Amino acid sequence: MSIIETSGLGKRYGKSWALRDCTLEIPSGQVAALVGPNGAGKSTLMNMAAGLTVPTAGTVTVLGGEPAGSPAALDGIAFAAQDAPVYKNLSVRDMLHLTRNLNRRFDQRSAQARLADLGIPLGKKAGKLSGGQQAQLALTLALARRPRLLILDEPLAALDPLARQDFLSTVMTAMADDGVSVLLSSHALADLERVADYLVVLSGGEVRVAGQVDDLLAGHRVLTGPAEAADQSAAQLSTVQVKRAGAQAHLLVRTSGPDDPVPPGWEAYTVGLEELTLAYLRAPGTPGPSLVQHTQPTEVAR
Amino acid sequence: MTMLTLPAQPLPGIKPVPWRGMAWVTWRQHRATLISVPAVLGAIAVFLWIMGLKIHHDYAVLTACHPFDSNACQTLNINFNQTDWTTGNTVNILLHLVPPLIGVFAGAPVLARELETGTFRYAWTQGIGRARWTIAKLTLLALAITAVAGAFSQLYAWFFQPFLAQEDMTVYTATVFDMRGVDFAAWTLAAFSIGVFFGMLIRRIVPAMAATLGVYLGLALTTWGIRAHYPLALVTSKPVSLIFFNVSEPLVVATWYTRPGGQPASQSVVSQFLSNFHNGSRPTMTWTQGLAHYGLTQWTRYIPVSRFWPMQLFEGGWLLVFSVLAIAATVWLVRHRAA
Repeated sequence: MSIIETSGLGKRYGKSWALRDCTLEIPSGQVAALVGPNGAGKSTLMNMAAGLTVPTAGTVTVLGGEPAGSPAALDGIAFAAQDAPVYKNLSVRDMLHLTRNLNRRFDQRSAQARLADLGIPLGKKAGKLSGGQQAQLALTLALARRPRLLILDEPLAALDPLARQDFLSTVMTAMADDGVSVLLSSHALADLERVADYLVVLSGGEVRVAGQVDDLLAGHRVLTGPAEAADQSAAQLSTVQVKRAGAQAHLLVRTSGPDDPVPPGWEAYTVGLEELTLAYLRAPGTPGPSLVQHTQPTEVAR
Repeated sequence: MTMLTLPAQPLPGIKPVPWRGMAWVTWRQHRATLISVPAVLGAIAVFLWIMGLKIHHDYAVLTACHPFDSNACQTLNINFNQTDWTTGNTVNILLHLVPPLIGVFAGAPVLARELETGTFRYAWTQGIGRARWTIAKLTLLALAITAVAGAFSQLYAWFFQPFLAQEDMTVYTATVFDMRGVDFAAWTLAAFSIGVFFGMLIRRIVPAMAATLGVYLGLALTTWGIRAHYPLALVTSKPVSLIFFNVSEPLVVATWYTRPGGQPASQSVVSQFLSNFHNGSRPTMTWTQGLAHYGLTQWTRYIPVSRFWPMQLFEGGWLLVFSVLAIAATVWLVRHRAA
């Protein structure tokens, strides 16, 4: 089942497209990471999936076919937005009560237990909490709704490294315990590299690459060889990026597997996720692997 | 052996989140409005009640005074017109600010604050859905504010009653009509609705407040101009006295004259007729004799005092429709132009 499925999805603000021609099929039961520079269209995509923003073009469904923003979608999705996830003038207790009144399900006991673990006092105004505590409060409120999909827009941006680790471990625990699917965004891949099962790289409002992290890593490799042969080899292979360093050149190419023949004079290396992501971000216009057939590496390497 | 199997459970439909939760949400988020509006109007009501007792007492003494031409009675009269009327007039002018202030400070921020601070991304992604959230919140706030304003204006009508007769006013005097009956509540509701609409349209608190004030004032002043043209006027050929205003006077919309055949009278004949009653000179004939002398019939379109309540309900009615449309447009904007 797809937790989020988009087809030709686009959003235009005035004359510029914040997101265009986005076709994705994100599988459920995983942590999907949405990575890209600021202004890449991450928030726009998440807002449309959460039902906040009406698409200009295309469609988006969630939870296996529910239209985004429909009652069933709202019931099953918890969304913690960037920057302002809580009412600053309400106490933590009031935020719990508010969220309980606005939803069909609310696990008050687990929410209070989690806040107690985190040392967040119920009587304190949400606006007086630290950035990390506010993010944890928003996450606690979202998880207490027992969602099937948790959408977190740049949840780590305001957090220090320790708080990031705490936050992600809370998310991972919820995933393991309740089977929540998670969609996280960040402008820095390093934040999400360790937790992401599925990766979507966005840049300039377009999807650069999307797929299972394992498939992406298996479907790409770096070839190192003589710089003078780089252009010729690059033309023959499905090349994402060419990097030259003195007499040597590094090509990031798509591959159908470790048994793919290596051109004579070149050596093959596995690629890291960060290197792969950066290559796609730096090579605008390069279409990424097919998005829908993400489970079939052979198709990816077409 | 066959095992008994439970029939397949129908897929659980998504039952909507109950409305009643929104009562607490509205109360908690708009406590400031829901406390301060009744508190401020309540404090003013106490003042009106205390002042009203004095004014009613003064008025009773004044009307009981006999003979009216005596020095004692004239002193009372002057005192009433100066002291009590100063209070009444000031209160009347200031209370006209209540509906626009409610529109500006209670109406405009309801949605604009959510949009300005970004908290709409929390509120509108909860299970209840943003349409229900908006409808429930606006309905509860509108009902509370309208009810408080309605109750307040009944006290105000009692407070102001002595001035109607004493200060040359009719029930249709513009600034009196819209403070009494259902009109004050209707204008308060309209101001609130204008506020929430512009809050959602403009999405910024301060510009929305300015737009609310401007549109409310425009609407209120326009209404002063068109009120006489509500389709509730009567036409009579009986001469209507136009000399003194008084609480029992009708609202005269238009006057014109015809000749015996029914054609409009020429302007010169009317001028000649009217000149008999101008310049403070002692008229040589009564109004009725004058009309007969010049062969004129006087026609008057007027709204009798007995139509006060139909007039109130007509204005209250269209303001209610206007307010419901403004709130419906706001809900439409919330649903379709969220982000």
